[in-house]
Amino acid sequence: MNKGLSWFTWSALILGFGFLYLPIILLVLFSFNESRLVTVWGGFSTKWYSELFNNQGLMNAAWVTLKVAFISSSAATLLGTMAGVILIRSGAFRGRTLFSGMIYAPLVMPEVITGLSLLLMFVAISLDRGFLTVTIAHITFSMCYVAVVVQSRLATFDHSIEEAAMDLGCPPAKTFFAVTLPIILPAVVSGWLLSFTLSLDDLVIASFTTGPGATTLPMKIYSQVRLGVTPEINAISTILVGLVAMGVLVASYISRRNEATRVLDERLAAAVES
Amino acid sequence: MDNRPQTREGIANTLSEAAYGFHNRLMMIPPYRWISAALAYSGISARALLILPPYLWLLLFFLAPFIIVFKISFAEYAISQPPYTALFELIDDVYLQIRLNLENYQLLFQDDLYWRAYLNSVKIAGISTFLALLVGYPLALAMVRAPRQWRLALLMLVILPFWTSFLIRVYAWIGILKKEGLLNLLLLNMGVIDQPLTILNTDIAVYIGIIYSYLPFMVLPLYASLEKMDESLLEAAADLGSRPVKAFWQITFPLSLPGVAAGCFLVFIPAIGEFVIPDLLGGSGTLMIGKTLWAEFFSNRDWPLSSAVAVVLLLLLIIPIVVFQKMQEKNRAL
Repeated sequence: MNKGLSWFTWSALILGFGFLYLPIILLVLFSFNESRLVTVWGGFSTKWYSELFNNQGLMNAAWVTLKVAFISSSAATLLGTMAGVILIRSGAFRGRTLFSGMIYAPLVMPEVITGLSLLLMFVAISLDRGFLTVTIAHITFSMCYVAVVVQSRLATFDHSIEEAAMDLGCPPAKTFFAVTLPIILPAVVSGWLLSFTLSLDDLVIASFTTGPGATTLPMKIYSQVRLGVTPEINAISTILVGLVAMGVLVASYISRRNEATRVLDERLAAAVES
Repeated sequence: MDNRPQTREGIANTLSEAAYGFHNRLMMIPPYRWISAALAYSGISARALLILPPYLWLLLFFLAPFIIVFKISFAEYAISQPPYTALFELIDDVYLQIRLNLENYQLLFQDDLYWRAYLNSVKIAGISTFLALLVGYPLALAMVRAPRQWRLALLMLVILPFWTSFLIRVYAWIGILKKEGLLNLLLLNMGVIDQPLTILNTDIAVYIGIIYSYLPFMVLPLYASLEKMDESLLEAAADLGSRPVKAFWQITFPLSLPGVAAGCFLVFIPAIGEFVIPDLLGGSGTLMIGKTLWAEFFSNRDWPLSSAVAVVLLLLLIIPIVVFQKMQEKNRAL
């Protein structure tokens, strides 16, 4: 279709993306506002950022959140990758339906229910609420996202590649590391990133499952937001948005570069053969 | 020659040798050897060992918690630690007494606060889903009609907000929608209105919040189904004299229905149980079940009642999920 863009396409793109991005742009803009009022521009200032770094409570919460996110996303990636590989490659086993049900159900489960049920579980086994329980809760819902991402990547690949490797005498463990893992690696990496951001972001489940001494950043932000809009929250939001945007851009750059080298490899191989 | 494949094989070799080496080293430790032998004898394979960790994890931290919620929903509120009565009690160490308390469920149906909260959640989620479709469809269509080299970038632009914090995206709207907020300021200065509008803390703010937060979930499946469409169908329609609007309703829209269904499902389901959006953007009159559950748990500390709320909410969600799955199966069969 090279007839130029119609007025419809232009206006839909501008309005749609304007709607998606304008609130975030305004949020970032007003984090540099001198005035405490959100609607009055009082000149450029970075004082809210310096105030942020002097706020010990907020910094502690940020540190707790990063630790929870790192540990839970790593564990969730391990468990979720296993689950994803099982879903596609393991064939039938007893309790398979239950297993796939337990993988998909957390994705549609309201957060309040997940949070409540995990809390009641921790009380029932009298596990003290705190850092450990938040981490367990985050592993549980993140691993399902990882499993879905990994299995959808694996589903598009031909099982015969692995079978060929095994037929040629490659032991199972080596087949996994030499054939399967390189195939699903992009999905594993994006699964880890997804888990990490989900954990950074979670307010509801953390509120249910946390205990004294393990207040996370979203909980801290939430309790301040309830008191009203402040430039400090705008500043911390700007930092978070900036970090995530950078992470996503770097990840997509890396995956595109990998894709490019893969295409190059294939062309070279084809050239060598001919 | 390119040496990339060789290094990759080298890494795989090292990893698998490390795995076998680790296994062999562990075999020197008797308990590991015994367990390993016992597993081999009982026919539990390496495959089973791969399946067990995620399986057990989900049984312990997903299924078991649900059974506990179900159990506690039949308990009675008590001022104790934990704040509910035991369901099973041994009397004289012989008789097992089971006390099922149905009052929590009775209350849910009798007290209009609860069933109105359920109905209102469905209503708000339904209206927001429809509005999200109205906003998302033109955007998805425009993305498909944009030049091919733009598509990847546009797709990234839709996905990017999904990666940024949900809480922050909801928070951003408070500054826009409140009485002294940016939207009112803009409209007043333009002379459209002469009194500031009250939008924050109403249902309208909740609609806006849900549409904004879940728009990527609507646009992505729509985009996927529109992109697969055969453009020559539209060309044929135009050649036969069909006007673009008519061609859209007769060809494009019916063919994109699977995408419409998937998008609506992905917005509707999470919107029903939503807590953050109605709590921050809605008012005290905005009843939604996620908010009710939260208040019942954190303010009233009534764990049995909040468990009953959760059980009924789950039952409510099962209907649309089953309907959607049936539709998916039918699509796959076609």
